[in-house]
Amino acid sequence: MTENIHLGEKAIDPEVAQGEGGEGGPRSLVSLLAYGFIVALLGLLAWGLIRVQRGPVDSGMAPDFTLTTFDGETITLSELRGQVVIINFWASWCPPCREEAPYLEQTWRKYKDQGVVFIGVDYVDTEEEALAYIAEFDITYYNGPDLGTRISQAYNIQGVPETYYVAKNGELRGVKIGPLQPPELDNKIDELLAEPYTPEEPSQ
Amino acid sequence: MLTDVGLLALVLAFVLGVYATLASYYGGRTNQDTWVESARNAAILTFPLLTISVFAVVYALYALDFSLAYVADVSSRAMSPFLRVTALWGGQQGSVLFWAWLMSGFVMVVLLRKWERDRELMPYVIAVAMLTTAFFIGVVVFITNPFTRMWHFPGAAELTMAIFQPAGAMPYIPEDGSGLNPLLRHFGMIGHPPTTYLGFTGFVIPYAFAIAALITGKSSGDEWIRATRRWTLVAWIFLSIGLVLGGRWAYDVLGWGGFWGWDPVENAMLMPWLTGTAFLHSVMMTEKRGMLKKWNMVLIILTYSLALFGTFITRTGVISSVHAFSKTALGPAFFGFIGLTFLGSLSLLFARWDTLKSDHQLESFLSREAAFLLQNMLFLAITFAVFWGTVFPLISELVTGTKITVGPPYFKRVTGPLFAALVLLMGIAPLFAWRKQAVRKLGKAIWVPFAASLVLSGVWGYAHRMHPAVYPALWLVTFVVLAILMEFWKGVRARIRGRGESPWVAFQKLIGRNRRRYGGYIIHLGVVMIALGFIGDAYLKSETQGTLQLGESLQIGEYSLRFDSLDYYPGSDGREVLEATTSLFKNGELVTQLNPRRDYFVVQQQPVTIPGVYSTAAGDVYALLVGWEEIGFQSSTFKIYINPLIGWTWLGGLVMILGTLIAAWSPSRDREGATYTLKPRQASLSYLAGD
Amino acid sequence: MLRKILISLLILMTAGLAVLTVHAQETNPDFPSDNDVNTIAKQLYCPVCPNTPLDVCETQACKDWRAQIKSQLAAGWTEEEIIDYFVEQYGERVLAEPRRSGFTSLVWLLPVIAALLGVVIVWQILSTWRTAHAEAAVPLTTEQQISQEILAQIENELREID
Repeated sequence: MTENIHLGEKAIDPEVAQGEGGEGGPRSLVSLLAYGFIVALLGLLAWGLIRVQRGPVDSGMAPDFTLTTFDGETITLSELRGQVVIINFWASWCPPCREEAPYLEQTWRKYKDQGVVFIGVDYVDTEEEALAYIAEFDITYYNGPDLGTRISQAYNIQGVPETYYVAKNGELRGVKIGPLQPPELDNKIDELLAEPYTPEEPSQ
Repeated sequence: MLTDVGLLALVLAFVLGVYATLASYYGGRTNQDTWVESARNAAILTFPLLTISVFAVVYALYALDFSLAYVADVSSRAMSPFLRVTALWGGQQGSVLFWAWLMSGFVMVVLLRKWERDRELMPYVIAVAMLTTAFFIGVVVFITNPFTRMWHFPGAAELTMAIFQPAGAMPYIPEDGSGLNPLLRHFGMIGHPPTTYLGFTGFVIPYAFAIAALITGKSSGDEWIRATRRWTLVAWIFLSIGLVLGGRWAYDVLGWGGFWGWDPVENAMLMPWLTGTAFLHSVMMTEKRGMLKKWNMVLIILTYSLALFGTFITRTGVISSVHAFSKTALGPAFFGFIGLTFLGSLSLLFARWDTLKSDHQLESFLSREAAFLLQNMLFLAITFAVFWGTVFPLISELVTGTKITVGPPYFKRVTGPLFAALVLLMGIAPLFAWRKQAVRKLGKAIWVPFAASLVLSGVWGYAHRMHPAVYPALWLVTFVVLAILMEFWKGVRARIRGRGESPWVAFQKLIGRNRRRYGGYIIHLGVVMIALGFIGDAYLKSETQGTLQLGESLQIGEYSLRFDSLDYYPGSDGREVLEATTSLFKNGELVTQLNPRRDYFVVQQQPVTIPGVYSTAAGDVYALLVGWEEIGFQSSTFKIYINPLIGWTWLGGLVMILGTLIAAWSPSRDREGATYTLKPRQASLSYLAGD
Repeated sequence: MLRKILISLLILMTAGLAVLTVHAQETNPDFPSDNDVNTIAKQLYCPVCPNTPLDVCETQACKDWRAQIKSQLAAGWTEEEIIDYFVEQYGERVLAEPRRSGFTSLVWLLPVIAALLGVVIVWQILSTWRTAHAEAAVPLTTEQQISQEILAQIENELREID
């Protein structure tokens, strides 16, 4: 389509003297940058989309964490191998959490001597309200604030309450979104307790 | 049934859309007019078909046909007929259909015009425009279909969503719908989404022309710009109105005392507006001086891409926002489409790069060309800053795993100075001549508004006891207003002297003869008014909060608010209303009664805070009810905002519309080049040189 | 000896000041007022709701947080301490304005760099255009010379092809 005479790189014509390159496009640096930017942006959006579509983590190894309870104890998930662990995310400002609180405590007391650990993770809450909540429902299992929302992000929770089931070998066996109704939790714990467990060599 | 017809029309529209895309492209490539004609007819037909579809949905919403899942979702018995109709765009399915419908409407209008001058472009304009339209219709048909119904398999815990009855399932028709999100039940609902969508979809037309020009290799000419100039203006003004209405709506119902929160979805609208405005101006450079052809292409592609990007963010929730629709399977489809658009447009642009030769000659840095270039750069800088701040939380999470928030402090601080520079440029650039502006002449032109504005702003600021930091902003606004008014004055004066017309006639004729120019000036005035509103919001706002017993008052500045009573009653639409009656005093004198209230929508468990507002030219007193005693209603907590100058924002929006109407309503004889006609009577040129 | 006296004086003064400040707060019966709470809440975002500043958010959780700020203020916490506490408890997303250190400093830096780059680019383009104009403005002689040059080059390249 061009009627110009191309003289290779050397061009006298003032416009082309701007260095817009020969045929086929602008300077390769500019086009490289432009494509690079678009591809990077698309990559970012793709990652964002995948993250949005992904629900809570419900399989594979349960993400490890260390929680400092309101009483000052520290508890680390990976040190609880051999026991069934029930991780419950809650908050004092969350009405459905209040619905399941008595059932949770009741179930805890039933199974506490059978190798089951309950961990309550308090999601973005105020200490005062949290302690009041714990006192109100007379909760006796481990409970601590999720500092910096790290644990909730690791489990990618969508809201509260959510309860994660961790088997004796540390694997996630599913998640319950929403308040637990009897006998859901009992059944699940029975199921997990029935799993055989062979401890690996002590990793010392 | 009507819904069946609507569904059929929808599917037909999709088929026609795909056909139009393919046929027009094929016809263009092989130079066969019959194919192109056929594609054109198919494209035109899409609009009536979609109209049937839209009508079916609207009727279902109005008649409360709860067999449709969408109707059950956004409509309810308690809603007024007006709200039921606007619920068309209250949820994802309806709003995408609405979007597609508007886009097909634009396409139809474009295709019905005369095409003699642009015959070569037409096949590809149809192809590009219909590709986009067909995509959106396809999304409606296959992903978020408003004609989906709810079915119940006996024994199943949850409902199944499907368009056609699955074997063994029973139709499920609820007694009542959930109803529109209470925040959307506002008069602004009729204004903001439609104008915003019109703005977004309107840009597909200039984009289609640009791509067509690239494909046909005819981009060295200006045809595509000339053909779409008015479209761009139309899309732009709708987007502008959409922005202002969105702000107004937020001001009225969100209870933040402000109108712009720099939320990702708001930014998503702002970015195409910014590049669209830059584009509006840079095409002037091409028309007058044949410059910036490559840049124009870049700008329109960027504007359209940002519009798509904006709707992607809004509808997929990739970036968290208060506005986001509920997540659906829209994400991957949209992602694919914008990927295709970005990469496709870019490669086409680069392939045709050399056909976009411009005549770039600059005589002086002190010229309108230079001013335009600077302005474009400023717009782009602001767009980048907004873009960066909007996507950065996503980047941060990807790279460091930490979620962060990029809030108003960032945007204000980074874009504030750039916007200020733009406003200043807006005032002085019209004083610059094309090619070369003699410094002396510029000085002469500028010193009057400059000096006058210094005096005026100083007096104004002093009279209102404003903080010293505000003075520069005041001066800027005054200066630009005076500079613009001077343009009018000079023009009118020239006509009075040259033709002996009376001032009023001179004024009318001045504008009538140069509608684009003076329409543009009026738009600029509107922009300055909006800037004034922003200045008030950024610098002059004050607020206070306090708990009052009955009869007590809360003081702020010259105003005081006395708490008179608190009432509780059931309201319309399934809400419970808690309304406070308060009296507003200014310097001890009773001004008015304000009734801030809290509506609680029981079914959705959603509270809506509605302020009591007292508006004057100087500003608004904005009172909110933020707390109360559950029992006894003896004391309540109020929050009062004083929002100076905010009324100017809304007024500025209206002025912008006026200016656009004038600018767009140019006589259709598009005289290129000629800026005056010689009249035999007196050999005096109408103002002005360097037009 | 003198140093010890000075240091003790300094300590005394600081203590006195602290007492006075606390006293000032205590004697102001309104402290902490809602406005004091809002001044801090304005700088924070609700950790749970998307993009909602803490001073306008209406959920129960936000009310609890504002109440917490109030009690922290009453206990004598400084603004910085309260904000740090929120960041520690709820993560960096609670800040309205991203930190200027670490990775988030990029959010501030890049627009500045981009703007500066923009100015440079515009300047470059304008200069090139101006030179182009200067070159093109010289009429016939330059044109003639150019034609000659083009001709010469064509000859050369044609020869090279053969």
